[in-house]
Amino acid sequence: MMNDTHIEIRNLNAYYERNQQALINVNLKIPHRQITVIMGPSGCGKTTLLKTFNRFLELTDGARITGEVLIDGENIYDPDKDVTEIRKKTGLLAQRPYMLPMSIYENVAYGLRIHGAKHGKELDQAVQHYLEIAGLWDEVKDRLNSPATSLSIGQQQRVCLARGLAVEPEILLGDEPTSALDPISAANIEARLLDLKEDYTIVVVTHTLRQAKRLGDYAIFMYLGEVVEAGPAKEVFEHPKEERTIGYLSGQF
Amino acid sequence: MTAEAHKLPLGQRLFPRRQHDRIGSKVLFVLTLIPMILLIAITVALVIKTLPLLREYSLASLLGGTEWKPLKGLFGYLPFISATLWVTILALVIAVPPSLLTAIYLSEYASKPLRSVMKPILDLLAAIPSVIYGVWGMLVIVPWVQNKVIPFANSFPNGFPLLNTDNPTGFGILSGAIVLAVMVAPFIVAVTNEVLTAVPEGIRHASLAVGATRLQTIQRVLIPSTRQGMFASVVLGFSRAMGETMAVLMVVGNVVQMPGSILDAAYPLPALIANNYGEMMSIPMYDSALMGAALILLVMVLILNIASTLILRRLMGRVRRAW
Repeated sequence: MMNDTHIEIRNLNAYYERNQQALINVNLKIPHRQITVIMGPSGCGKTTLLKTFNRFLELTDGARITGEVLIDGENIYDPDKDVTEIRKKTGLLAQRPYMLPMSIYENVAYGLRIHGAKHGKELDQAVQHYLEIAGLWDEVKDRLNSPATSLSIGQQQRVCLARGLAVEPEILLGDEPTSALDPISAANIEARLLDLKEDYTIVVVTHTLRQAKRLGDYAIFMYLGEVVEAGPAKEVFEHPKEERTIGYLSGQF
Repeated sequence: MTAEAHKLPLGQRLFPRRQHDRIGSKVLFVLTLIPMILLIAITVALVIKTLPLLREYSLASLLGGTEWKPLKGLFGYLPFISATLWVTILALVIAVPPSLLTAIYLSEYASKPLRSVMKPILDLLAAIPSVIYGVWGMLVIVPWVQNKVIPFANSFPNGFPLLNTDNPTGFGILSGAIVLAVMVAPFIVAVTNEVLTAVPEGIRHASLAVGATRLQTIQRVLIPSTRQGMFASVVLGFSRAMGETMAVLMVVGNVVQMPGSILDAAYPLPALIANNYGEMMSIPMYDSALMGAALILLVMVLILNIASTLILRRLMGRVRRAW
């Protein structure tokens, strides 16, 4: 399925309280196993769009959507879809890392325990495996039972990555995942994402144009709730077609 | 007119303004100290008033004594202390589970409109004067206990633990505890709800994002991280319940005895003080003995309050540091 569509968005509209429209008729095809970057000025709806991919938008009071989001061809808003299955399929890296009130080990094991019984050796191996993928194993292998909150914020974000990967998602969603991190930690996370795109479809909302250029294979530019331009990153960055994209890329807003 | 004429003489006001500020801050400081001074003054006054009694009787005989016969000079506080504990503990047994579940529902499941209706209602419940709860207890709860619970308890030929009684009136510990439970429940709900809403949304999202259900998130993340806070809210409720006087006094029966069943009548400390102070004060030591009861109550409530405040403060501090 290389280069195929993984997430397809059809006629998607999103509203917050008092019918305030956050997404206006969005149609997109997000490619399989590439990094897609969503850019745009604050309030353009990029985070809202991301939240529709794991049905997090419905956690906001008064939010509602119309339209469809298809993952692997199936509408995740279908009434008989199990929301926990959808979220298991889509790992999330939030703007800042939130550690669950438990040890480093338990944070990574959390999702595995949630989805059924894995015990002893098997669980130990899984935890080690995903901490390695997240590039954190060597730093924490001697203190797996310390509270996760004792880690630095950059390390915490990698715990989040390991925690998300442990439930074997197909898609990784990043909501400005490096905006709270120092430059070195941010570079570390970016390097992880570049490694991971071989196996995962990655969608990253980003505020920084430079990060978008470093990471993006496919780029989406949004403005005031609308998708202005979407396409292979090279084209969007080097030959933007739309006036507003050109303006954004040249730093006008 | 020159431009100078429009300028306000700023320099002239600077000194008095600063002095005002200094005086103001001192006045406010003294006002702020008043609660502390009051607390100390009340405690000291109670201790001084109790001293005559403490000179005559040993502390052990007072706290451990089961006889309360002021005319014979017998002042045993144990029936009152145990009545207070019976009523309070039973009230909590009744109030805590539904209160915690309500708080969890309100903070984790309820829609915004429901929350915005329920919160003021709970605040209103907490604001109803206690004498009204007392009247409600006499009109509704006492007859219910008398007509339903006591016959049920008596239907066990060999009796039933904690339900055996020869008190047929319905005025007793159970009635007091039910009224008290209704009174402290809104308070426990409010404090627990506050503790839960202090947990950042991001923590819930972290759990939901890996595919946990809301219930799993509550069980595995929210309850473990707010356990201490919930405990503190219960302890605070406990200390409130312990001091509640009027409503309990009206339905609890007020019989000096060591309770053996939740259907027995009992005589909690606040009722003892409220019912008797100012009467028969000519009896030697009586005044001092009632003050002693007040001192015991005060100490019990203070300990619980201080403990729960410390727990809450530590918890909230940790919440803020960690997240």
